[in-house]
Amino acid sequence: MAAKLILSMDGAVLKEYPLNKERMTIGRKAHNDIVIDNLAVSGEHAAVVTILHDSFLEDLDSTNGLEVNGTPTKKHFLQNNDLIEIGKYKLKYVSSQTAQTNTDDFEKTMILRAPVRQAAPMAEKSDVAASFMKTQVNANATPPSGAVERTGKFDAHPPVAPAATAAPAPTPQAAAVQILTGPNTGKELALVKNLTTLGKPGVQVAVLTRRPHGFFITHVEGANHPMVNGITLGDQPHQLNDHDVIELAGVKMEFYFKG
Amino acid sequence: MKVADAIEIVSQTHPGMVRSHNEDSVALDAACGLVVLADGMGGYNAGEVASGIAVSVVATEICQRLQDASPTDRDEASGEELGAQLLRDNIRKANASIFQAAQSQPQYAGMGTTIVSGLFYDNRVVVGHVGDSRMYRLRGETLETVTRDHSLLQEQIDGGMISVEDARLSKNKNLVTRAVGIDAEVEPEIHVHDVQVGDIYLLCSDGLNDMVEDEDIQATLYAMQSNLPLATEQLIQMANDNGGRDNVSVILVKVKGEFAVPRGWLAKLYDWFRK
Repeated sequence: MAAKLILSMDGAVLKEYPLNKERMTIGRKAHNDIVIDNLAVSGEHAAVVTILHDSFLEDLDSTNGLEVNGTPTKKHFLQNNDLIEIGKYKLKYVSSQTAQTNTDDFEKTMILRAPVRQAAPMAEKSDVAASFMKTQVNANATPPSGAVERTGKFDAHPPVAPAATAAPAPTPQAAAVQILTGPNTGKELALVKNLTTLGKPGVQVAVLTRRPHGFFITHVEGANHPMVNGITLGDQPHQLNDHDVIELAGVKMEFYFKG
Repeated sequence: MKVADAIEIVSQTHPGMVRSHNEDSVALDAACGLVVLADGMGGYNAGEVASGIAVSVVATEICQRLQDASPTDRDEASGEELGAQLLRDNIRKANASIFQAAQSQPQYAGMGTTIVSGLFYDNRVVVGHVGDSRMYRLRGETLETVTRDHSLLQEQIDGGMISVEDARLSKNKNLVTRAVGIDAEVEPEIHVHDVQVGDIYLLCSDGLNDMVEDEDIQATLYAMQSNLPLATEQLIQMANDNGGRDNVSVILVKVKGEFAVPRGWLAKLYDWFRK
């Protein structure tokens, strides 16, 4: 359940360290949680701070520094499969949370108990750091499942990827419109955004929206509605097909997919 | 102009693509210029119960009180305006009602809700919120958040632990640090903001802002500001197209004209005759 760091050198795994403490230190000296006995490693080289499901790596002003995925780093928000390099040693960060084992847990809105009564609104604003510390202590005083007041939301729902790691919704094929009449004839407008506005505000406006299953045109304002292939549209979104001709505020344009 | 004539309000709520029921509640009353949105949590139907109580307590109590009082009246002891005071008191009242119901009925144990509410009066809006339901404002082309979430993630951002960009990758979303109905008392965050003609205010549950990037929210509000019903539909559709993993609720308020409270006896008399 907890994330872990896997220590290896020259491709040979040496040890696994579960991140089960709020703060774990990495260094040469024996009192560190993760001891790497090598002269290239500073006495206290780095620390990993874990707050519930998120872990942060911090360089403790080490002599030789560290790299994450090949980039020298002072501070880093660890993501699954990040590779930390300290000298010849490698530490791989593996977070089972991203493996969608228990997505229900963090899909739900949950209450993190924080002292409510002292939290006067003004005081809280001016003393953000202190309030943060409070929460942090609160969150780590007991194992995560206990610290969080689970108000178990409703019945089970199908497992879905967590919001943070979900693959973006599939975007349809790239498309564009080309102006066919008027002063801008020949001009091409690539539809790279989820929402593209056409027309003049106050006169006639329509939007082209990009959705997972295609492109749609919707009338927004104006007495006249846009036409597609000579047919006037209603108030509902209309899905566009390859080579449809749109007419809006006296200008004709062609919609097409880019191959 | 009266508030009811100066603002246009549109709302919509949708269970989303994954969840079987909708635990969000919304209420609006154009006559007193009030909008309320709550996102409930709790087992079985407790989430709906909590958000429903919160929304109805705040909406009915405030509107009833404003029938024979002006939100600009000042409390003699605290010097605070009635508008702000009503919002704070009634969020606390909702808190007490939910907490009591949760204590007395085992099936409601632990239920709670977020809340965000705006009361428009005298060319201003007083905003009260608890939890991670948000209010945004579109002014000109710029979309800004009016509320600051009461969430672990927001506290981490404020504390410099994590950047706003990295926050999107956090697995600690959905952890609120304040909620209505969880404890015997709650401290709502109350702020007053000036409004301008043309402003659009968006109140939403996290089902919107977790699924739709701020950039797309801005583009939608800006492009569709002349057609609020279409804008609400588009926002909800985008959340659902992106997965719709949570209930999604949206209230849009557009400021179409000035609504200053009449001052001076002549203006008051004139206003009284128009009632």
